[in-house]
Amino acid sequence: MAERILDVKNLEINFHTYAGDVKAIRDVSFHLNKGETLAIVGESGSGKSVTTKSLMGLLANNAEVMGGSIMYHGKDILKNSEKQMQNIRGKEIAMIFQDPMTSLDPTMKIGQQIAEPLIKHKKIEKKKAWAQALDILKLVGITNAEERIKDYPHQFSGGQRQRIVIAIALVCYPEILIADEPTTALDVTIQAQILQLMKELQSKIETSIIFITHDLGVVAGMADRVAVMYAGQIVEYGTVDEIFYNPQHPYTWGLLNSMPTLTSTTLEAIPGTPPDLLDPPKGDAFAARNPYAMKIDVEQKPPFFKVSDTHYAATWLLHPDAPKVTPPKEIVRRHQLFAKMTAHESV
Amino acid sequence: MRKYLLKRVFYMILTLFLVATITFFLMKLMPGTPYSNQEKMTPHQIQIMNEQYGLNKPIWMQYLLYLLGMLHGDLGTSFQFSNQPVSYLISSRIGASAQLGIQAMIFGIFFGVIVGSIAAINRNTWIDTTSTVLSIIGKSVPNFVLAVLLQYYIALKLGWFPIADWGGFSYTILPTIALGVGPLAETARFIRTGMVDVLNSDYIELAKSKGLSRFGIVYHHALRNSLIPLVTLIGPYTVALMTGSMVIENIFSIPGIGEQFVKSILTNDYPTIMGVTMLFSAGLVAVILLTDIIYGIIDPRIRLSGNED
Repeated sequence: MAERILDVKNLEINFHTYAGDVKAIRDVSFHLNKGETLAIVGESGSGKSVTTKSLMGLLANNAEVMGGSIMYHGKDILKNSEKQMQNIRGKEIAMIFQDPMTSLDPTMKIGQQIAEPLIKHKKIEKKKAWAQALDILKLVGITNAEERIKDYPHQFSGGQRQRIVIAIALVCYPEILIADEPTTALDVTIQAQILQLMKELQSKIETSIIFITHDLGVVAGMADRVAVMYAGQIVEYGTVDEIFYNPQHPYTWGLLNSMPTLTSTTLEAIPGTPPDLLDPPKGDAFAARNPYAMKIDVEQKPPFFKVSDTHYAATWLLHPDAPKVTPPKEIVRRHQLFAKMTAHESV
Repeated sequence: MRKYLLKRVFYMILTLFLVATITFFLMKLMPGTPYSNQEKMTPHQIQIMNEQYGLNKPIWMQYLLYLLGMLHGDLGTSFQFSNQPVSYLISSRIGASAQLGIQAMIFGIFFGVIVGSIAAINRNTWIDTTSTVLSIIGKSVPNFVLAVLLQYYIALKLGWFPIADWGGFSYTILPTIALGVGPLAETARFIRTGMVDVLNSDYIELAKSKGLSRFGIVYHHALRNSLIPLVTLIGPYTVALMTGSMVIENIFSIPGIGEQFVKSILTNDYPTIMGVTMLFSAGLVAVILLTDIIYGIIDPRIRLSGNED
């Protein structure tokens, strides 16, 4: 079994607001294996970013961890002091942000911005740090890096800036890299380049990646495992093949069904909006939007049902007593593909 | 860059020319004459005086002569101050005014930045609220009121500093505070607002994710970016300090230009009014140019567009 580098257990995070406590993260558990890429997928407001910010100790001031643990190297990082977190941030756990146009300091040379974590964590002098910054800048594919290291962010294009943000994140060779929608703000052509770059660097630097996205198309090419989040909870997780070809949760069905395919003539969408987490529903949070919802979905929160050793889903449809339902056509097609794939493997 | 500077200097000269023209004619519209005891003078005496100072010539002629003199560095002769050349009057008094103005500016901006930053870092706490209240008081209390209070409590009661007069650094402290508190309060408000914005920005989040300390983030990333909007205020500050110093110099008996300016206006001392107005205007346009250059130094994005110009 692969070595678990990060183990999140029963994480609960509330946001204190004037209207009351928003229960943004409700009993979230997942783990990250060494060297793998875990994708966390979900729509806006599902709690993806909050989860990762808690890993970095960068939650907003009005957020409070209500319970749970995040074990990293045998220590619960939720119990770390700010000082201890500063020593982990950027060195052991680093982060790539969503919008490269705004995430670089406009008044500082990019060389200095890349060198900063080195000066802070490795205690090396500025000149040496700049030399290492130059190396990583070449590694992320900035051409003419010797000249450009002295430039300011506004002198770079969006794709180049994201390369620089990646360089900053990787300069200390972190064990865990959190990528929070790193390609959302980029052109599609640039997106592919950045994803390719991240994959290359992952094998060079041997880092584990948590990849946050709402774009399932990106997930397919990047991730080893996928966790699907909805309304502050993980509703299904498994390997990328299991999630894409053998999805069990109606929400995952909805997500996959709303991905346009070459043959689709209409764009499918999941009707309705996510629940208000000020007052989360008692049962399955997705019940109100779920065409397959049963009475129990409204009344009682479903536990995780095992699909395979690596694949779990929290839906009452997997209960032995549940009636058989027929998923949307696209999902049926995927299930058939999955059956063929597993048949091949067992031969 | 050189082309840009030349263009700017040309516009500066044009501005000063317009200021000279408008002031000159406005001044001639002011009621009264330069003679304080006119009723005791015979028409003949007045005629002689007018001839001596060139006041009998048509106004357009006086105007052209004044411009011509100014080109040669001759600002005329004061009517009031013992017939001294205006250029001498100014040069002998500018030192005190400039020192006071610069000290007040440095005092105001330096402490304003500190107070504003501390308020922003501790936003929505009692520290922030206290700083806001103090800033509003500092901005709304007129500097002459503050000057008198400082004189009474700090100088007279406590005896820490001289009450008035001019003769060494200790004499400058109270007037500097009186003059600098306004800019300090304004700077603090400005930096506070700017820094709260900056601290919420993505690049500060990224700086945090690098593991930098709180101080490191504020010092290396937030401060410089919050200073950019402050540069805009330097021009208005200069004006405020120039006009403010007129009153403050009077209260503290500082032999500066402000004090002289007030007297010259009260006595229709045309050459002195013109001279000091031109000096203030020249100072202001120079500061505006300086502001734009400082912009370029602080903000690399502006530097680049300056080069393209």
